[in-house]
Amino acid sequence: MSKRESITKESGTRSNSRVELVPSEAPSELLRELVAHLRQNRTQLREEWVVRITETRLLTAMTKEEIFAEATSVYDSYVEALETEAFEALQAYARNLSERIIPRGVETHEVVGIVLLLRDVLARSLFAKYQTDFKKLNRILDAYEPAANRIANTVAVGFVQERERVIRQQQEAIRELSTPVLQVRERLLILPIIGVIDPQRARQLTEQLLRGIRTNRAKVVVIDITGVAAMDVTVANHLVQTVEASRLLGATVIVTGLSPEIAQTLVTIGVDLGKMNTVGDLQGGIEQAERLLGYKVVTLAESR
Amino acid sequence: MPAEEVEVAISSDQDIVLARQKGRAMAVELGFSSGDATLIATAISELARNILSYARRGKISLKMVHASNRQGISIIASDSGPGIRDIRQAMRDGFSTSGSLGLGLPGVRRLMDEFEIASEPGHGTIVTVKKWKQ
Amino acid sequence: MEVPILKQGEVLIATFQAALSDADLNHLRMGLVRQVVKFRSRAVIVDVTAMDVMDSFASRTLREIAHMIRLRGAETVIVGIQPEVAFAMVQLGLTLEGVATALDLEEGLAYLNEKFKTTN
Repeated sequence: MSKRESITKESGTRSNSRVELVPSEAPSELLRELVAHLRQNRTQLREEWVVRITETRLLTAMTKEEIFAEATSVYDSYVEALETEAFEALQAYARNLSERIIPRGVETHEVVGIVLLLRDVLARSLFAKYQTDFKKLNRILDAYEPAANRIANTVAVGFVQERERVIRQQQEAIRELSTPVLQVRERLLILPIIGVIDPQRARQLTEQLLRGIRTNRAKVVVIDITGVAAMDVTVANHLVQTVEASRLLGATVIVTGLSPEIAQTLVTIGVDLGKMNTVGDLQGGIEQAERLLGYKVVTLAESR
Repeated sequence: MPAEEVEVAISSDQDIVLARQKGRAMAVELGFSSGDATLIATAISELARNILSYARRGKISLKMVHASNRQGISIIASDSGPGIRDIRQAMRDGFSTSGSLGLGLPGVRRLMDEFEIASEPGHGTIVTVKKWKQ
Repeated sequence: MEVPILKQGEVLIATFQAALSDADLNHLRMGLVRQVVKFRSRAVIVDVTAMDVMDSFASRTLREIAHMIRLRGAETVIVGIQPEVAFAMVQLGLTLEGVATALDLEEGLAYLNEKFKTTN
């Protein structure tokens, strides 16, 4: 890239006026001229852009100073991308910008909006500059438009990707929060379940618990369902399956917090509670779990 | 590039192993989680076993399937065996006519997302199951 | 395919491979029972860590092994069922009811040691 630039610079110094008159000058030559223009008029164009942003009521979640600061760096990155035609830096900048403004509640249409505004502000200044030389204006726009559109695209896609990443991360966090597998003692896990259980969550919960049993080498698991509002036959069957799968890994499950209403429902719909080791509340469940874990110690002492 | 379609002829217990290995490989290539790949391989094993114990021979076809916005795998187990006279009964947990555990079909249905069965007594049985990527 | 059976004191340890056919499983069942008799073993540990699929036949075979070995007065522990395999098994309704299970070989041996101590 730098090599090519130095060559064009040489030819440029040889005869500037001659190059300008040759109609088949390279687009990069035109872009260079364009970039020089944008650099020269940076202060004025940036100001114009910021005014347009405020007029159009974009980035309302940000203060004037913040908008100005972001506008400055977007402007410079924009011009740099035009100059170098390297979009990696712009991509990285777009990601970074998105990371900062997404938590502020900036929407996709606003980001796309400001980049398109900048494109228009710059295009207008090109119209103004080359209005006397229509042919040249055309060639300049031929070089400018694809680059400008690519920049708009890069920023928009960068923003949307970042947004999707944030959303995925949040979903993951919510899911994990909703089924925390906690180790309270060595070999003892607690799984408090809160809220509504659908088949997908039930499956995730079971998989998470089974992995937890394996990594923590758990022998006893207390599943507390105090926070589960209702239980139908599907959910009840999932619970039974979780208990059975845990046993296949060598862990005993104690279910606590079974409300009398839910217990009644389970009996009515014919769920086999005999397979489940149930204790009234979480406290009692943990006590029994500790007895189960400590049981060997007691018998060892007695057998001596 | 994953193969779009794989067929395994089932006529011995070795073929059951082969079918489920191919099924797992295809599921993994399609990007299924290893948990899902295990469910798929297990379902194939059960279906292939049903072929062997009721019809003696048949085949398992594994296919990549697409819907509007998702991708999945379809497994077709077909045989020209005696067929199933009462499908409703066969789909009930605990039903078996060959002295096996009889959990085959209802269990396979629980492992997969979609389940279809067509059977004609004296002509054979086709079971089609699908699993979609989450 | 041969299934290696290891004799560790009073315990026999059989390690299942990933791709066992029905014939292999049948072969193994007979082999294990014979060896329990031969070595007068007190327990058998079946290590299924490598098995990536446990279908109804494999599961039934494990139960049969456990029952036959109980008839010989010995105990069976199934160890190493993978979380994903366990999940698939319960979906199929295969719960190995009445058969002891443990996380892995180490846990299986610990379980048997406890058991031997209390019954001695």
